[in-house]
Amino acid sequence: MRNYILRRLLLMVPVLFGITVIVFLVIWLIPGDPAKAILGTFATPENVAKLNHDLGLDRPLPVQYLIWLGNVLRGDFGRSYILHRPVIDEVLDRLFPTLLLAGTALILSSAFGVLLGIIAAIRQNGWQDKLITIAVLIGISTPSFWLGILLIFWFAVRLAWFPVGGMQALFGGGDLVDVIHHLALPAITLAAVAGAVLVRLTRGNMLEALRQDYVRTARAKGLSEGRVIYVHAFRNALVNIVPIIGLEAGFVLGGAVYIETVFQWPGIGRMLVSAISTRDILLVQGGVLIVATCYVFINLLTDIVQCILDPRIGQA
Amino acid sequence: MNVAIEKATPAPEPADTRAGRPSAWKLLTRNGVTSVGLALLAIIVVIVLLAPVLPLANPDAADAVHRLQPPFSSGHIFGTDQVGRDILSRLIWGTGVSLAVGVVAAAAAAAIGSAIGLCAAFYGRYVDMVLMRGVDMLMAFPYLLLALAIVAALGPGLLNAMFAIIVVNIPFFARAVRGATLSVVRADFIAAARLSGLSDLRIIASELFPNILPTIVITASTTVGWMILETAGLSFLGLGAQPPQADLGGMLGDGRNLIEVAPHVATIPGIVILLVAIGINLVGDGLRDVLDPKLKSGGLARAHAKTAVAPPDQRLGRLSSAPLDPHSLLSVRGLETHFTIGREIHRAVGGVSFAVKPGEAIGLVGESGSGKTVTALSILGLVATPPGKIVGGAILYRGDDIADTSLAHLQEIRGNRIAYVFQDPLTTLNPLITVGEQVAETIRRHRGLKRAEAWREAVRLLEAVHIPDAAARARSYPHELSGGQRQRVGIAMAVANGPELIVADEPTTALDVTTQAQVLKLLNELRHERGAALVFISHDVGVIAELCDVVHVMYGGRIVESGPVGVVFNSPQHPYTQRLLACVPELGRPERLIQPIPGIPPAANALPPGCAFAPRCQLAEARCRSGAIELSRIGPDHWARCVRAAAGNA
Repeated sequence: MRNYILRRLLLMVPVLFGITVIVFLVIWLIPGDPAKAILGTFATPENVAKLNHDLGLDRPLPVQYLIWLGNVLRGDFGRSYILHRPVIDEVLDRLFPTLLLAGTALILSSAFGVLLGIIAAIRQNGWQDKLITIAVLIGISTPSFWLGILLIFWFAVRLAWFPVGGMQALFGGGDLVDVIHHLALPAITLAAVAGAVLVRLTRGNMLEALRQDYVRTARAKGLSEGRVIYVHAFRNALVNIVPIIGLEAGFVLGGAVYIETVFQWPGIGRMLVSAISTRDILLVQGGVLIVATCYVFINLLTDIVQCILDPRIGQA
Repeated sequence: MNVAIEKATPAPEPADTRAGRPSAWKLLTRNGVTSVGLALLAIIVVIVLLAPVLPLANPDAADAVHRLQPPFSSGHIFGTDQVGRDILSRLIWGTGVSLAVGVVAAAAAAAIGSAIGLCAAFYGRYVDMVLMRGVDMLMAFPYLLLALAIVAALGPGLLNAMFAIIVVNIPFFARAVRGATLSVVRADFIAAARLSGLSDLRIIASELFPNILPTIVITASTTVGWMILETAGLSFLGLGAQPPQADLGGMLGDGRNLIEVAPHVATIPGIVILLVAIGINLVGDGLRDVLDPKLKSGGLARAHAKTAVAPPDQRLGRLSSAPLDPHSLLSVRGLETHFTIGREIHRAVGGVSFAVKPGEAIGLVGESGSGKTVTALSILGLVATPPGKIVGGAILYRGDDIADTSLAHLQEIRGNRIAYVFQDPLTTLNPLITVGEQVAETIRRHRGLKRAEAWREAVRLLEAVHIPDAAARARSYPHELSGGQRQRVGIAMAVANGPELIVADEPTTALDVTTQAQVLKLLNELRHERGAALVFISHDVGVIAELCDVVHVMYGGRIVESGPVGVVFNSPQHPYTQRLLACVPELGRPERLIQPIPGIPPAANALPPGCAFAPRCQLAEARCRSGAIELSRIGPDHWARCVRAAAGNA
């Protein structure tokens, strides 16, 4: 298994390299003069020329990339000309709220998604299965931003159980209870849609596992249905469910953009949206690069978990 | 030439090749839920297409006086928005924009992604590596973030948003199509087409493309819903459609800040997005069911903990009340097990009776499909339900009918009093659990031993089945053992609790010949040592002769001949038994001709009337082809189901 993990770590290098290439090429996609786009319509020609030189935009593309990569590796993502501070500082300030929101949503959606998926599978075609199937259909068809608005309307505005937005109370807040209070609605919104996908896939994988010969063997040994389902079938289904949870991580990290906007959550997603409307390209680059890197590490983690669960993977 | 190629084409698309199968459209609309989705989408599309001729207000005409009118106010069924524009009108036009963007994006992503996947798989090597590494890089991003980065560079706008959504969806098509193409490219008919000198383009267009089209459709059906949701999302964030143009996401975004004063402005477009997405997802699920039955959204049916059994009045009606042999441990009487698949009934077991005395070994022999495995599985309710069901007969264990006993009672017997050894130990052992634990769990279950004690007992059992270095091997996973060792584990599991009866279903079929002999010897020794009876199932006449006291020859779901092994194999009376024995080569008699039985066994859903073997029997007469033929006694312990054998002894 150690070899497998080492190999997976090595494989991450080209992936991370690829991510930097794509993020770098984003600047190259900008129609017209990137420096002008970054500095805005009222930029002076001197400033444009200076930024062009700072960014190395006056050099050939591969050289530009290497200069940029060198800066990024030293933690220099450039400066935000709108916020007047280094991109890396702004991104790191906002990374924790995003990870808190997305992580909570991922845990919620995994727990409930897997649980409901198992129930649907073992009650296949029963009323529980039908109810869950309908809920899943609505879940995967619901725009999360709309769900967020509805939840705000009912639970924050009408019932006033939860705050309308933000991560902590402006005055006198900030303790754990306060953060959880603020976290509840956005995390549930984000988890609902992600969880629906997981219910579906868990159900399918459980049904597949329950059809296998080893389940018949377990039953032939007289084991209880509980043990047959949760030890014999579920352990096998989980091997396929774990990588899906990895994909869900990408889904909640992306979906956080909507949820942070709707709930005014001070994370990277909301930062990106406002950075795009102010055309703060360097800030967008930094934010996307950092979140994508987190996602690569989450996928490494799910691969390792899968390898622990299935002894066949590490030896292949 | 083309004809020849087409003939060589395997039939991956059952929809149009199997005679009598309804068209894909019929299959699609037959599914009630899919029809709801189709109807929903049809209504939405018709309304959108009629938008220019419907008496709608100008969607962009502001009217500051009548701003934020609630729904059902005069002239505005759905009310007005923050600048007094008619919401119904904007909704219909906006739905059109969202649908058009979604469909165009899906088509573009499908075209580009499929082209990449096709080229990667078709040309392989460098092309494959370069293209797929590029796709991997796109997939390394959280989906939406990459779209945001692209919009950030290109600037907000509906077309740019659509472009971003297309780019991030290309990988899904590329991967799916590459996989589908790879499986086709390796097929013989592509090689034939290449050899015949067709150009690459012709091969792709005429041979490859039709085979991968279902994959493209399936991928499109799963992604088009997301694409519509995500484009709406970008518009919602203000990065897609720009004012005054309305799309559903943009309208929702406008209403977001008005949620306290005018909730309808945001609620109504959200409902429409939801309906569109539900319609697309329903139709997508239906399409998948039709095009790829393996991925059926409902999932394949799972087997219940115990086989379904007909109520006693139906099940026992046809049984004779002949007295039971009081010495028998297990007595199967008139067992009928059917499988219902679609509207067809497969009569896998059609009235099988036999008895096993304590310590006795009986063999069930027959070709594949003769019903011997289903008979064995029926004993402890292990036939998968659905589709299986025990519709007739009784299974008497020590005189009690256990066919419809409670699951709890059955579980007390399973693995404890009656144990199974299955055919293929690679699939019948759980791949993720150590073999020691798989033996130990059955000991804990039935003997109530503590964990450590059960483990020691499991190691002792593994030693007893001659697994070398058992204490260490117990910690191995099934894939780390050889086939013979795995089957020894299966035997250790079966004898773990000292059962009275072991049912062994072709336990050596998956093994090589030398291992077979060792495993059989072991099974027989352990059985004798522990005084267990044996029901041994095999198609191998020689093995049965060696191991068993009594043999039952099965054909077409019934016993056609039975008796002591020596009697049946030395003077077989049923033509099927005779032909079966004629197929066995004999060592040292090379001059003896091996005569395969012509024809194939009958399908269990189309058993002929009369004798099931009659169509393949050289001695068949008219009376063989009608009426029920009983199992008649032709010797002291010898029975045969044949009109000739019965007449000869009458």
